[in-house]
Amino acid sequence: MAVREPLEPANEAIFKHELVKLIPHLRAFARTLCGDATAADDLAQDAVMKAWDARASFQIGTNMKAWTFMILRNQFYSEKRRSWRQTQLDQEAAERTLVATDDPEAPVALDEMRLALGMLPSEQREALILVGAGGFAYEEAADICGCAVGTVKSRVSRARRALQGILEQGAYDRDGKPAGDAMRSILADAERLSGPR
Amino acid sequence: MGEDATTPEDSPLSGRRAEETMIDQTERNPRRRNSSSDANEARLRQQAIGVKLRQMFDQVVSEPVPDDFLDILRRADSKRANGGQD
Repeated sequence: MAVREPLEPANEAIFKHELVKLIPHLRAFARTLCGDATAADDLAQDAVMKAWDARASFQIGTNMKAWTFMILRNQFYSEKRRSWRQTQLDQEAAERTLVATDDPEAPVALDEMRLALGMLPSEQREALILVGAGGFAYEEAADICGCAVGTVKSRVSRARRALQGILEQGAYDRDGKPAGDAMRSILADAERLSGPR
Repeated sequence: MGEDATTPEDSPLSGRRAEETMIDQTERNPRRRNSSSDANEARLRQQAIGVKLRQMFDQVVSEPVPDDFLDILRRADSKRANGGQD
């Protein structure tokens, strides 16, 4: 009668352990999708719950991070379709993220980056985040987004170009003040932070 | 005793800030430099964006996880412990 075999207790314990380790990453991904920190945590919690409920369908040994990211992303888009008016609110969401940052010492350049990211179309943003920050290969990102590898590649490169353009030109404004220096502060920060790579 | 604690505090400074009209010509200088240094500059910028992107992401990753998250799994456990079916 059961559609899926339940996991053996030992595997269930492994699964849970791994799932707990992934929570911070799921939160970070959700934050980039939602903008708003509270909505992001709700989304991430839903994803954790869904992942747990679906544990029997997970193949131990395969990429669990990609699997959970896919669950979170699907959850995001199904909710978005149902009730969220997020699309046209990307800019606003980015501004709310700014407010929602808990770390008062977060460098200004990070805020600029959040705002600029918020201006990208969501499919470009998620591709860039997965590959550029989440540590996924193009193939994995393609699986997560349910599209072709080439599509991910072109989204990522378009996102990179667009982001640079936004940051250099200060195409958005913040409190009416053009953010023309965003790229400069990001460059300065990178120089300070990045070791040889 | 005269009670004149009200001195006008109109400061002439409350007017306008000096407007900065920075026309950054060093930065926008059109293709004067050779193309390899342009490419280099572009790569530098992309690298900087990459660093910042990861930093932004990692900042959230390193936040402490709210208790709610662990409660979800704890609840899942206890549900099973009380003879949860299927």
